[in-house]
Amino acid sequence: MAKHHVSTTINGEPVEYLCSTRQTLLDVLRDELNLTGSKEGCASGDCGACSVMLDGRLVCACLVMGAEAEGRAVETIEGMAEGDSLHPLQRIFLEDAALQCGICTPGFLVAAKALLDRNDNPTETEIRYWLAGNLCRCTGYDKIVRAVQRTAAEMRGEAR
Amino acid sequence: MTEETNVFKWVGKRVVRPDGHDKVTGRAKFGSDFALPGMLHGRVLRSPHAHARIRGIDASKALALPGVKAVVTSEDFPEQSAELAAAGEALVSYRDMTRNVMAREKALYDGHAVAAVAATSAEIAEAALELVEVDYEVLPHVIDVDLAMEDGAPVLDEELKPAGMDASGPTNIAKKVVFDLGDVGKGFEEAEVVLERSYTTAAVHQGYIEPHAAVASVSADGQAQIWCCTQGQFMVRAYTARLLGMDASAIRVTPSEIGGGFGGKTVVYLEPLATALSAKTGRPVKMTMSREEVFRASGPTSAGSMTYRIGATRDGRIVAFEGTVKLEAGAFPGSPVQPACMCAVAPYDIPNVRLTGYDVVVNRPKVAAYRAPGAPISAFGAESILDELAKEIGVDPLELRMRNAAKQGTKAAYGPTFRRIGYEETVRAAMDSEHMKAPLGPNQGRGVASGFWFNIGGESSATVNIVEDGTAVVVSGNPDIGGSRASLALMAAEELGIDYDKVRPIVADTASVGYNFLTGGSRVTFATGLAVVEAARDAVRQLCERAAKIWEVEPDGVVWRDGQAHPAGSNVGDFEPLSLADIAAGTPKTGGPICGHNAQNVQGAGPGFATHVCDVEVDPETGRVTVLRYTAVQDVGRAIHPSYVEGQIQGGAAQGIGWALNEEYIYNDKGQLENPGFLDYRIPVASDLPMIETMVVEVPNDRHPYGVRGVGEVPIVPPMAAVANAIENAVGVRMEHLPMSPPRVLAALDAARLPEAAE
Repeated sequence: MAKHHVSTTINGEPVEYLCSTRQTLLDVLRDELNLTGSKEGCASGDCGACSVMLDGRLVCACLVMGAEAEGRAVETIEGMAEGDSLHPLQRIFLEDAALQCGICTPGFLVAAKALLDRNDNPTETEIRYWLAGNLCRCTGYDKIVRAVQRTAAEMRGEAR
Repeated sequence: MTEETNVFKWVGKRVVRPDGHDKVTGRAKFGSDFALPGMLHGRVLRSPHAHARIRGIDASKALALPGVKAVVTSEDFPEQSAELAAAGEALVSYRDMTRNVMAREKALYDGHAVAAVAATSAEIAEAALELVEVDYEVLPHVIDVDLAMEDGAPVLDEELKPAGMDASGPTNIAKKVVFDLGDVGKGFEEAEVVLERSYTTAAVHQGYIEPHAAVASVSADGQAQIWCCTQGQFMVRAYTARLLGMDASAIRVTPSEIGGGFGGKTVVYLEPLATALSAKTGRPVKMTMSREEVFRASGPTSAGSMTYRIGATRDGRIVAFEGTVKLEAGAFPGSPVQPACMCAVAPYDIPNVRLTGYDVVVNRPKVAAYRAPGAPISAFGAESILDELAKEIGVDPLELRMRNAAKQGTKAAYGPTFRRIGYEETVRAAMDSEHMKAPLGPNQGRGVASGFWFNIGGESSATVNIVEDGTAVVVSGNPDIGGSRASLALMAAEELGIDYDKVRPIVADTASVGYNFLTGGSRVTFATGLAVVEAARDAVRQLCERAAKIWEVEPDGVVWRDGQAHPAGSNVGDFEPLSLADIAAGTPKTGGPICGHNAQNVQGAGPGFATHVCDVEVDPETGRVTVLRYTAVQDVGRAIHPSYVEGQIQGGAAQGIGWALNEEYIYNDKGQLENPGFLDYRIPVASDLPMIETMVVEVPNDRHPYGVRGVGEVPIVPPMAAVANAIENAVGVRMEHLPMSPPRVLAALDAARLPEAAE
């Protein structure tokens, strides 16, 4: 079967790839482009480990077909830090131990950044419901929610 | 000990973990992130039947599909002895293991592997699965532990001979165990109050977010490499070698970062298949499980059924406890019924105890370890009946626990006499907590429960290499599942007297470090930590020898303090201290490289105890239970990295809440799993939970240089009963079956309301 030729933008860089009709955006990122930071936990949109931004909207890459990225802008965990400089969420996740095994971490970071981009002062409940599409089996979410709260406060310019 | 009074420079500090940066940037390589040039993709054909005889397998059509390179079935794996064999601390039956990895005479559960295919793409491999023809004779199945023990139940293995009891004919009972202390009959005669209750728990999955994955590459000379996500690279090496008839030393296993395990990655599934397919094709083979395969074919923990009788005096002294615990093993023997019996009432000093356990095979996936295997099941019942006893005699439930608390010198029903333990301290801390004083509203209730887990030691090896620039590399062999590298590096920095960020901890492959028993039993920070401390001390001894050589004094004239060699006293001479960096730079002239080493079978794991407090609100219209507040108190010995200790406690409590309220395997009448996905097998999400407050009690383990006790497992033991006890206090119904899902709670509420409605 002929493959699709796709021209897209990933983390600000123009990217071209070939994908089959069956390949999801997650398959393409991981298997064709070696961007393995987006994880596959379920391939059914239930775990959020493959969370990416598509034209500024938070999506599960496993629920987007590779061919659908044509002409769109994709942002992944690999594009979150600017060079050596971690995004405040990344830094505070580390400082506050908001990860244990780390498999869900890229998805949580992408999803949490999407929240803070639209709401710089979310309540605990807002954080918990926004992140309800991201599964973590290690932490019980406590330190993740707190890390998002502290990052929001820091990004608003409040003293830690 | 609080952090303010910490006498250590590094131990107890909340440092950034050494593997952290890669994990927040997406660079960390987990199981399925690994790939090799020329790699094939493997897929597994799984039985759609819960119980079926395999009359034959015809793979010719699959092999004819372009791109398909090989198919393996049980014929590619040699028959194994039924004798139990030692594998590290575990005893395993390789006869059963080879049958679980690839079904032989029979498929024993929905999802049981029957063949595996390697092809040039995953799509072709999947298409090939549909072309493999399996001739099944479908047999009656049994998936319930109580039904499986009845006469006339379908029998999984006609050759099964139960251990610990006689059987007149074929049976599904694999083992009977009995633990006895004192005289239970006499104990019940002394009792003024006797209660008897039965409880059941559902099978639940560990629910790690990362599915199993492996890449295997076998060379023409028979040497193999395996990259996989596992809790034990040495376990993978041993099992794969045995199942394929290879030398263990010919297999080099490199563990990837691991995306959760909780015990579920202490066995092999894909590794032997990928290795066999690679050997057959001469190319590397990658295999990953889908989430559906994880649920259908990897190990959950047992469903359980238990009956308990408890006897006490009116003043709250428990004098007798008797029970029967029946656990599902899945398709092959090996449920955690033994630890379930041993842990059930281990927090208590009860003079007369008798617990009988049965290990029972059923047509479900073979169980694997899950966080304190067995203990959460038996403790759900034990901590529930304890709560009922407290109500019956009118004693506060925490006070009842305190009055009967095990302490130093208590003889546990499972054998040992406890050394210094911290159970009473956890109960006291719970009693004194702010949480216990907080008011409750309508339909709200508070429950408490305690838990015990042994924790283990075991074989560990570690090397501390002193680097020429004054830094150090710590080499050990336990996959880091939740921050253990940080703990090991903290202890090494403390011993060496150099900064934490000058210590680089590495999890080595099987060829690069001595044997390490797997990551499990809450052993890594304790046991491998001890090996690292001893290896660092070995390095320090060598550093002192080098200083002595430089100063031309006797080695015992040198002491190590704050990362420097000092003269032991003024009589030794007047020398400027030599730093680790000074000595490291000069090793070519003083005797060569400095490598500290230690390898031992670590003994003296300190038992862990926990007491949890839980507030719930029950919606009387729907039966939905919301956890409002949760506090987990635990004796951790000493917290090496307090944040990751808290994280273990919080994560364990959250898993327990999922076990309590939502999680269960749902089978249809054909014995097929109906909820093999995260949508229908519902683990807790962020909006289901409150913050999990932790209270860390530190009663040091005197068998470890820093007092470490394992912390990872005991926090999953108390939650189910804590939630059940809270529900009872909220709405007056006693939940005796897990999960306490809305339909079950609503049914219980309706049953309680009916008599009222009739009045």
